[in-house]
Amino acid sequence: MRVSTANMPSEPQIEKGLPAWVQALPLAAVFAIFFVVPLFLTVMVSFWNYNEYEILPDFTARNYLEAFEGCLDRLLSTAPELCTTLKTYLTTLRIATVVWLITLILGFAIAYFLAFHVRSLSVQIVLFLLCTIPFWTSNVIRMISWIPLLGRNGLINQTLLQLHVIKQPLEWLLFSDFAVILAFVHLYTLFMIVPIFNSMMRIDRSLVEAATDAGASGWQTLANVIIPLSKTGIVIGSIFVLTIVMGDFVTIGVMGGQQIASVGKMINTQMGALQFPPAAAHAVILLASVLMSIWGLTRLVDIRKEL
Amino acid sequence: MPDRRPAAFYWLAALFALFVLFLYGPMITIVLLSFQGPDGGLTFPMNGVSIHWFNKLWSDGLPNVDIWAAFGRSVRLGLVVMLLTVLLSLLAGLAYRKRFKGSEALLFIVIASLIMPSIVVSLGIGLEFRLIDDAIKKYAPAVIADGFDTAMGLFSSALGAHLTWTSPFGLLIMFAIFNRFDPRYEEAARDLGASPWQALRHVVLPIIGASVVGIGLFGFTLSWDEIARTSQAVGYLNTLPLELQGQTTTVTTPVIYALGTLTTAVSLLVIAAAFAAILLLRRRQARHGLPAA
Repeated sequence: MRVSTANMPSEPQIEKGLPAWVQALPLAAVFAIFFVVPLFLTVMVSFWNYNEYEILPDFTARNYLEAFEGCLDRLLSTAPELCTTLKTYLTTLRIATVVWLITLILGFAIAYFLAFHVRSLSVQIVLFLLCTIPFWTSNVIRMISWIPLLGRNGLINQTLLQLHVIKQPLEWLLFSDFAVILAFVHLYTLFMIVPIFNSMMRIDRSLVEAATDAGASGWQTLANVIIPLSKTGIVIGSIFVLTIVMGDFVTIGVMGGQQIASVGKMINTQMGALQFPPAAAHAVILLASVLMSIWGLTRLVDIRKEL
Repeated sequence: MPDRRPAAFYWLAALFALFVLFLYGPMITIVLLSFQGPDGGLTFPMNGVSIHWFNKLWSDGLPNVDIWAAFGRSVRLGLVVMLLTVLLSLLAGLAYRKRFKGSEALLFIVIASLIMPSIVVSLGIGLEFRLIDDAIKKYAPAVIADGFDTAMGLFSSALGAHLTWTSPFGLLIMFAIFNRFDPRYEEAARDLGASPWQALRHVVLPIIGASVVGIGLFGFTLSWDEIARTSQAVGYLNTLPLELQGQTTTVTTPVIYALGTLTTAVSLLVIAAAFAAILLLRRRQARHGLPAA
């Protein structure tokens, strides 16, 4: 048909539609204004000076130096100890690592169950949606909803007291590291499940059968076939969970009873006190560590191939 | 496949059931507790069943906060974010089917935004608008500068902050859609003389329509819950989740559960509406013999 239209001289050339760059422009503009420029400004202001009233254009390392002021002295003193900043970074890192391990194991097990043990596609879809629906509801509400369960007079303490397992209500259930980690697992295991499940669904089932036929046990198939072939999903899920937890201040704030310090909370507090340059310096340090892992991990996988 | 389930199936099924209980249990708890009697407290036991706390929420709101104004702001912002997310992702999704300069860089930026710690994005946008404000107050002509306070606001900085979070999801969904899309339908339309716009309007959109509704679902629900990116970029008037976050430790009556139940109901309503729309569109496609993507 194309031939016949091309033969008619009065017909205009077949339109190509909008050029691709015009179609991509609105999205690119949004990310330029609200992502690239802000990041650039953050790096710039982290080298600025400030006083009680305003921030002052400058080029100083003051904010970086002050962030770790006295840290070296205290580490090298006769009774070595960590300064507040290092402690905060270590707390954040520790929580992130624990949450990563738990969500990885739990998320992998759930994805494995859905991908390899549920046989009908429609059941698979229903169970998958069952896991996804809470993701579309409010995170704060999902945090608050732990209070009647974990609180001093909460359901868990009431039950344990009635069963005479404990004599005093457990105080560490709520507003504690435990509560923070529990809430993270509650909120973000899905970020592991989805990419791992996605990778697993692409595994050729005949590979699993071949492994079984060759005499591999269930565990051997898992370790030598399924885990290596789910690597991309594991990597993507890990990036998600690690970066979310590293930068968090809401979950740690609400579930920690505003008592646990994290890097995100520190930045948030400094912003609240209008100390933009030191907040920016901490943001840059946080960013650097996160960017390094993203860079390393995106070299391992091509995310576009995974969709 | 053998007909008998291996033992691992039962262990994993039990784990899955526990996980679902873990996901939904707490939510069900606060829905139950929001129907506490007037003398009931923040924990069990239920002291009667009533809608007392919903009435109280309706008439008094929360102490110190105009919760209904925040509610309205969040709904309006959510709808605008939803619309823009769909538009931006759809356009960009179409662009990525062809080659264009800077496509790799844009993709890198979009992915980076998705995994960037939200507090960093929020701080950056907050800083940007503060610098804009300072510049306007200093250099703008008196007509503008007089009485000028801030350019920050719900539909400037907060909207932008939300889009950096929702549109990466939108674009990734578009990639998934077009990976499964058979371009021969579009070529056939072009061969029959359809203009690019006609091919898009009458062939491509009907085929991908149901999946595009999914992008809208992400747009609204992610905006409706957003805190971290909004926190430093919202200006004077908070969105609902931000107000809620501030109230978690100060409100000591089940009225906060009533509000929790209400916002969850809004989320669930939106999810249900999206699924209904998707099913409807798919059924229409099937009736017209159209493929789905």
